[in-house]
Amino acid sequence: MSASYTGQKSYYGDGMAQNIARRRRHGRVWHILFYAATTISILALIVLLLNIFNAVFGFVLIEDEVPPTELAPGGDLESLSQGELISLLEEYLSVGLIRRFNFEEPLAERSVTDLAALVQVRIVNPTVIEAWSLQESLFQSDMIRAEHAAHPGTRVQFRSWLSARFLVSPQNPRPQLAGIRTAFFGSLWMIIIVIVVAFPIGVAAAIYLEEYARSEIWYNRIIEVNIYNLAGIPSIIFGLLGLAVFVRALEPFTSGTVFGGVDPTTANGRTIISAGLTLSLLILPIIIINSREAIKAVPSSLRESSYGLGATKWQTIWHHVLPASFDRILTGTILAISRAIGETAPLVVVGASTFITVDPKTLFSKFTTLPIQIYQWSARPQSQFRNVAAAAIVVLLVLMLSMNAVAIIMRNRISKQRRI
Amino acid sequence: MDTKLAMHTKNLNFFYGDFQALFDVSLDFGANEVTALIGPSGCGKSTLLRCLNRMNDLIPETRSEGEIYFRDQPIHGQEVDPVEVRRQVGMVFQKPNPFPKTIYENIAWGARINGYRGDMDELVETSLKKCALWDEVKEKLKQNALGLSGGQQQRLCIARTIAVEPDVILMDEPTSALDPISTAKIEDLITELRKRYTIIIVTHNMQQAGRVSEKTAFFLNGVIIEAGLTSDIFFNPKEERTEAYISGRFG
Repeated sequence: MSASYTGQKSYYGDGMAQNIARRRRHGRVWHILFYAATTISILALIVLLLNIFNAVFGFVLIEDEVPPTELAPGGDLESLSQGELISLLEEYLSVGLIRRFNFEEPLAERSVTDLAALVQVRIVNPTVIEAWSLQESLFQSDMIRAEHAAHPGTRVQFRSWLSARFLVSPQNPRPQLAGIRTAFFGSLWMIIIVIVVAFPIGVAAAIYLEEYARSEIWYNRIIEVNIYNLAGIPSIIFGLLGLAVFVRALEPFTSGTVFGGVDPTTANGRTIISAGLTLSLLILPIIIINSREAIKAVPSSLRESSYGLGATKWQTIWHHVLPASFDRILTGTILAISRAIGETAPLVVVGASTFITVDPKTLFSKFTTLPIQIYQWSARPQSQFRNVAAAAIVVLLVLMLSMNAVAIIMRNRISKQRRI
Repeated sequence: MDTKLAMHTKNLNFFYGDFQALFDVSLDFGANEVTALIGPSGCGKSTLLRCLNRMNDLIPETRSEGEIYFRDQPIHGQEVDPVEVRRQVGMVFQKPNPFPKTIYENIAWGARINGYRGDMDELVETSLKKCALWDEVKEKLKQNALGLSGGQQQRLCIARTIAVEPDVILMDEPTSALDPISTAKIEDLITELRKRYTIIIVTHNMQQAGRVSEKTAFFLNGVIIEAGLTSDIFFNPKEERTEAYISGRFG
């Protein structure tokens, strides 16, 4: 094989087979490296999820103030009649408290289920005095049994910290009663404000920069560079900006006092609208950059065919460029909004409430959001709040994943209409 | 001058930044004639074509000097709107580029944005018939145009161009992406459309220029080397370089 089949001298030499083997070996090393990188990321993800779910489920040690077995046969409160439940309440609770319940809704008009729940919370009053992780619950039953024996009068129960009650209850200083409701609505309001503010402004700015602005002019280039830089600025700085501008300077507007309907003596700028506007500013550069990339990706042949028919610039943009880039614009926007949902630092600066139990009702309400709530719970001294925080993390993840899913479904539907 | 002029250029120079792509191009395009622009790649023939409907305005950092007339009206004047120029001087591109919409919408869109007031169904039908596409697509007008074959897509692009009633149709290598059968169909179509429209076609295919055009202009490095009747250019070229190019000795 020293010469090629034509009989001429070849510069590729004799070792063709060795050469190929060496090249393949080289490729295999890289293949393994890429594979390892993927495996590491997937493992990290699995560890993260396991860690969360480990804290969401597990056995808890509960101490009842009054065991339910003392109140009802077999401890089944719902088997009692309405009258029996009311007399239990009157027997154990103060007159003032009974009067307050009657004021909220007369006890005689409440259903057995409601009354039983009231008895459960007010009289039985179970307290979680110890919580174990899923791993401990599964593999260290001896320890749990010993702990149970050390606390007479307690019971061990398997508890999912993530429950329907957790979703609909507001914040509570006792871990087993704490819920995510207020924070969930806070996050929801925030998303809506961010979508309404940042999406149209971001897309409009992207259209201007991509279609109208002439990049050879110096100030357009400065704007361009600055937008890229803004996208990389730490979020806490946006928080400080929001504090200075929305909370302080624009306080009459963000507190709602100029619009009336709020008490001017207690109103301040630390409201949901300030937070929403701050987060909108935070993700605006990201939306602009993503939308610009989407618009840039529209093939010039599509624009040319539109112009060639006598379309104006606006007709070309509206009828062809935007429909062709809308799926990518949407994906970019949803990713940006997902980032906004997870932001904590700027909201701390803008003044999210750490303990609040009323749902946000207007743009000028005090608020908290899921990440703020998670942060606050995990900083509490009682260890059971770790479990509560883990359950809230699951809610946050589900919220994000479902938003991403909506984006993917919408994108696929749009692109399907445009292709065959 | 025996024929009426549809368009003509006078001492046209064109620049991409510092690079000059056209040098003193003066060329007449007779009404209802097919004029072929030939020459090797990068010789400026596509640039000239895109000047004729001010498509080059869309490319930043370009400028032109000299005059282009459409029926004796300058198209580069301050008061001339390029949008109006492009409606009267339509364009068909090298790669078929129908809109990612239905076949019907591909024809109707251009007419609608230009304020067409007539019966849209009728316009779609007549435009497709003029391009010999009606029988092939009449059952699937509501389907996406991207589902058509390349040749059908190109004929659809021509149909969409004539639906806005231009006077001149510019064609930038309209068959270079097509197979021989589709090419033959487009060439037949050009011969047919000549009766109504002025056609200016850029082509790399000498046989095509010979088959479809009456006039030919040969370009080299942004300069017109020779222009005249196609038969003269092909059979009695005055210039050595024209003959060399046409006979395939370079380019």
